Amino acid sequence: MSQLLDIVLVAMTLSLAVWTVMARDVFSATVGFMAFGLLLAIIWVQLAAPDVAMTEAAIGAGASGVLFLRFIARRDALGASIGKPRPDDAPVPTGLRIACGALCGIVAMALGIAVLALPSPAPSLAQAAAASLPRTGLGNPIAAVLMAYRALDTLLESVVLVLALIGIWSLSPDSAWGSSPDPFPSPAPAGPLTLFARLLPPVGIIVGIHLTWIGATAPGGKFQGATVLAAMWLLAMMAGLARPPAIGATWLRVLLAAGPTIFLAIGFSGWLFADAFLAYTDAAAKPIIVLIEAVLTPSIAAILAMMLIGPPALAHMRAPDT
Amino acid sequence: MIHLFQVPLFGLCGVALVGLGLFGAIVQADLFRRILSLSVMGSGIFLLFSVVARRPAAGDVAVDPVPQALLITGIVVAFSAVALAVMLLERLDQVSVTDDGEE
Repeated sequence: MSQLLDIVLVAMTLSLAVWTVMARDVFSATVGFMAFGLLLAIIWVQLAAPDVAMTEAAIGAGASGVLFLRFIARRDALGASIGKPRPDDAPVPTGLRIACGALCGIVAMALGIAVLALPSPAPSLAQAAAASLPRTGLGNPIAAVLMAYRALDTLLESVVLVLALIGIWSLSPDSAWGSSPDPFPSPAPAGPLTLFARLLPPVGIIVGIHLTWIGATAPGGKFQGATVLAAMWLLAMMAGLARPPAIGATWLRVLLAAGPTIFLAIGFSGWLFADAFLAYTDAAAKPIIVLIEAVLTPSIAAILAMMLIGPPALAHMRAPDT
Repeated sequence: MIHLFQVPLFGLCGVALVGLGLFGAIVQADLFRRILSLSVMGSGIFLLFSVVARRPAAGDVAVDPVPQALLITGIVVAFSAVALAVMLLERLDQVSVTDDGEE
């Protein structure tokens, strides 16, 4: 029964991937990609990886979907403002397509041979990760890997998020630097979006905090929780109930940088109190990890939300009036 | 022994996604479609990685948490890269529209 489900899942995922890559118009391809992300999340549940499944559903399908749909809406608006559709790029000739298809097939075949010839028994770090689990005081082995065993990766990841946001902000023109990103076009004030934006956030904020908190002992964690929190903020901004903050605002900068900074500071304090960078003393491990997650979650939520809003003043500065 | 069946099935699914995404990233003319295709390819690589995480199920541990944790990191980092790429593309569109207008 479960095997049948797996086969159906794979068939649907592959068809949606073909659709995403080959569909005629961009909007259908994007919607296909979002459905593809949700199916992948189910595959991860089947592969006994509920934490990954939640991340994929929240970020791979949800946040990416918002990002892509926003892009398409902006591009259509830009095309409409200059009174002509965007010129199509020249399509690749058929002969070249076939050659590319053959080459990609060869790459896939080589990978496929590698997958079928994986070494047995499988090399695994599971024992090492499980051995250090009791010392962290956490019940979820994945949270223990993220926060203790491979905490350096998580630290660098939070820094990468900040860098990506700086990159996005740096696309704003000089004259608009430090101002607010363009608000979303306001919907009807009494429409369903406004209703949702009033009803959902109280529930969503609690769900987000719960996901972060429960991540220590069960599937969940700060990235999943932070994405839910970011979605709630975005929802309020999309409905026009909250205005996007100015990117030069001190409180926003402090909020964005607080998580990685405190994580880094705790990392350095590891040299003083334990024996290495990012090392925790056994007694304090759990409180320290909870503290890091508590400051990292709001920062990640704010970074994700600001990423999805985009840089300030793009639309009205460049769109010509003609 | 369900994982014995899952490893080749999902592994080959991941392989097919990598091939498809690579194909789209090369032959699609529209830059946004290329970003979408690259995302499909990335998902394929993540799927391959999680199949590798599933394999130690043969031993006494259910799954290997290390690749799973790296996957979560990978998905988030890939998202931030894609977000930067999409925003760059949006800026490119705006700049090219104004350049056409001035000519």
